[in-house]
Amino acid sequence: MVTGILDYIWLVPALPLLGVLLNGAIALFCERPLLLAEAAHGDEGHGHGDAHGGHHAPAPYRKLVAFIGPAVVGAAFVVSVLAVLALAARPAHDRFFVQVLFPWIQAGGFSAPAALQLDPLSSVMILVVTGVGFLIHVYSAGYMSHEKAFARYFVYLNLFTFAMLTLVLGSNYLVMFVGWEGVGLCSYLLIGYWYEKKSASDAGKKAFIVNRIGDFGFMLGVFLIFWTFGTVNYTEVFAKVPLLSANGVLTTEIATAITLLLFVGAIGKSAQIPLYVWLPDAMEGPTPVSALIHAATMVTAGVYMVARSSSLFLLSPVSMGVVATVGAATAIFSATIGITQNDIKRVLAYSTVSQLGYMFLACGVGAFTAGIFHLMTHAFFKALLFLGSGSVIHALSGEQDMRKMGSLKKHLPITFTTMFIATLAIAGIPGLSGFFSKDEILWKAFSSEHGHIALWAVAALAAGITAFYMFRLVFLTFFGESRMEPEVEKHVHESPYSMTVPLMLLAVLSVVGGWIGIPEVLKGHNYFEEWLAPVFAQGAAGGHGAAGAHGAAHHPVALELGLMAGSVAVALCGIGLAYYLYRVRTNKPKEIAEAVPGLYDVVLNKYYVDEIYDFLFVRRIVNGSIVLWQAFDAAFIDGIVNGIAAAVRGAGDGVRRLQTGVVGNYAFSLLLGAVLLVGYILTR
Amino acid sequence: MMEPTAYLLLSGILFGIGVAGVVARKNALIILMSVEIMLNAVNVAFIAVGSHLGDPTGSIFAFMVMTVAAAEAAVGLAILIAIYRLKETIDITELSVLKW
Amino acid sequence: MEPILFIIFGAIAVGGAIMVVTRKHPMSSALYLILTLFAVAALFVLRQAHFLAAIQVIVYAGAVMVLFIFVIMLINVPENKLPMERLTGLRLLGVVAAGFLILESAILARRFAMPAGSTADAGSVQAVGRALFTDYLLAFEITSVLLLAAVIGAIALAKRKI
Repeated sequence: MVTGILDYIWLVPALPLLGVLLNGAIALFCERPLLLAEAAHGDEGHGHGDAHGGHHAPAPYRKLVAFIGPAVVGAAFVVSVLAVLALAARPAHDRFFVQVLFPWIQAGGFSAPAALQLDPLSSVMILVVTGVGFLIHVYSAGYMSHEKAFARYFVYLNLFTFAMLTLVLGSNYLVMFVGWEGVGLCSYLLIGYWYEKKSASDAGKKAFIVNRIGDFGFMLGVFLIFWTFGTVNYTEVFAKVPLLSANGVLTTEIATAITLLLFVGAIGKSAQIPLYVWLPDAMEGPTPVSALIHAATMVTAGVYMVARSSSLFLLSPVSMGVVATVGAATAIFSATIGITQNDIKRVLAYSTVSQLGYMFLACGVGAFTAGIFHLMTHAFFKALLFLGSGSVIHALSGEQDMRKMGSLKKHLPITFTTMFIATLAIAGIPGLSGFFSKDEILWKAFSSEHGHIALWAVAALAAGITAFYMFRLVFLTFFGESRMEPEVEKHVHESPYSMTVPLMLLAVLSVVGGWIGIPEVLKGHNYFEEWLAPVFAQGAAGGHGAAGAHGAAHHPVALELGLMAGSVAVALCGIGLAYYLYRVRTNKPKEIAEAVPGLYDVVLNKYYVDEIYDFLFVRRIVNGSIVLWQAFDAAFIDGIVNGIAAAVRGAGDGVRRLQTGVVGNYAFSLLLGAVLLVGYILTR
Repeated sequence: MMEPTAYLLLSGILFGIGVAGVVARKNALIILMSVEIMLNAVNVAFIAVGSHLGDPTGSIFAFMVMTVAAAEAAVGLAILIAIYRLKETIDITELSVLKW
Repeated sequence: MEPILFIIFGAIAVGGAIMVVTRKHPMSSALYLILTLFAVAALFVLRQAHFLAAIQVIVYAGAVMVLFIFVIMLINVPENKLPMERLTGLRLLGVVAAGFLILESAILARRFAMPAGSTADAGSVQAVGRALFTDYLLAFEITSVLLLAAVIGAIALAKRKI
């Protein structure tokens, strides 16, 4: 029945894997010996700034790596596009394709094949991952060109792409989990790419450990799914939902438990309250990594997973409420932190956390389509923002502090233009992608049956703050007077084409990316919602009737337009405020900060969440581990083991003296034994 | 014919003397001879009980013991000669290579 | 008649045995051992075990003891190089333990209670020969193998170079 390109869907994850193997071979057999030889010659390490490693003669393998790395992802993108086109050519109800690669885990009635599933949802994800991923790979080839461990970087990046594609293409929760862990591993490796730097390796560990907490919840959720449904395959699970909820096996409580556990996983991976702390620190990694993993793709895995499990989430109003509340809270919470940060990448990191909060808010109010829509547009403009900031950092020889930037507009015209477009998009200026997706979320937060006016208000406020801090970033970076170090200012240069071309392409996407989802009220056609409808329709059917998608019908058009205008107005207010504070009255921010020193310090220090966690959990665990290590393991366990060994040795030392070697003594023992034995027989 | 009790008593006494010789002496030759006494003591018991029961098996067993005793004496003495050649002594307390 | 002869020959056997284990020179021990063996052979005769009595004299007193004396004379340890022996420590304890063993065996002997058999000539050459070549033929043949092994072993051990 299935023919053509869809049968080659396995190529999508396989091509990046091929890249891993090729680049891995190069990294192991070409690069590593070189680096080791260099280290052996006592070559002083170059200052590992974000961009500038140092200058040495380029080895020939680097060109090959720079080709293979992006090429495999590009090829995967081409296959993805063809496959999605083939899928789109089918009638809407038939847009579903599963390719079983091999039976993976088979035990009794349990079966989890290694299978790929292409449906509208996963097709969106693979297009984003391979498309944005390809651009970032190309950008990386330029950005990382000064790095010594060039091949190692591309190995990790390709491995990440492979894992992410596995995550989104898997046809059951276990395959998803493999990808889930894979991206976590790659995240760790890439954050700690400059592992010689302690802060980088610490950040990598932090990301990994915090993610583990989420993964724990995710695993428990999957176990509970298996316990309830007897399977972990998406199609079987979701097909069983109506039946099991009808016969009382799948109660609301169980659904709540499952979905909350899954959501714990999503919280960890997608950096929501309370597990968001790793994402800002993840900025220790190279900037393209931040763009790809910590903005565009990996962190959206949680949103994807929640959307994928929409039929389960819709069964539990409690979970929906939790998801929406956590999303909204994260959105506003991290947005406020974003106001005060001075590190350009950290602002973007908190912005990412905030935008992820939006996506969860959308999922929580039942507007999964809107959530995925925002996921996509966010991938475009946030990747652009990160890459743009990378370009700025590259130009400034590794400077990341916005207080030492300014007036870069004339030096970096392409970077400025593209970043400005992205800023407009994230701020929600009408016509750009961010507007459509964000506005749809706001509207659904208000109008959906799961929504609430408070959620809308929080989200709208967060949108205003977003506009404010993003324009603060732009104004501080590109406008005003130069605050650069003189030495740095001499070297300012626009980035090479390998970096600017991806920026331009992403800028185009940031503009037009939203046009596939123009709401009806603006006389547009929401192709995106139509495209995803088959995926979420089944969820709606199994849950509490039509959610999200049809909620709009109950509200007048004027209200929707009014709210839209309101959110735009809020965004414009944010922009205006930023303009006022950072262009007109540039002393004002300092005055405000001094006026409320307590509050400012609290926000600047990220509400002391890291310190609180450190006090509450990290130190407890570290101290407990030390006790366990020294008192329990070293003293008690080792004491038992060594004690037994010492006792045996001591006993042997004593007993061996019985072996005199004199035969007479042995004969005496024999005699004694005989006497005692006969005596025993006699007395018996 | 007498009850075998007295013979068994005699057998025990002879055996005990043999044992005492084995344990108390250092001279390997005398130890070997003490072993012969022990074997003979056993033979006395076999023969006494065998004739009491009217069963030739007692004699057969004593016969087997004698054969083994002959073999043992041959091999034991051969070992003794070998040791004497090596160590110039027949004092078994000086042959303590089986030590710790 | 039997009790008197038993006491006489039993006393000779015990006395000989005591002399064997107490003599300093092995040659004296060997000669006393021959005395003991003859006394035991006499006891065998008392128990109507004529065949075993004959074997005892021929094989034991004849062959084995000749072997012993042969070796004693071959090694010929001079008087002053014989081991210095004192009954101390473990040796004394060993003798005491041997005494206990005798005591125990005496108790065991007193407990002996088995009905006497009918046939009187169980130890005759005829009876033993019959048993040896019918019921115990295999054991008898294996005995020959054992002796062969002992002969080869003795040769191998006693040779200077193999």
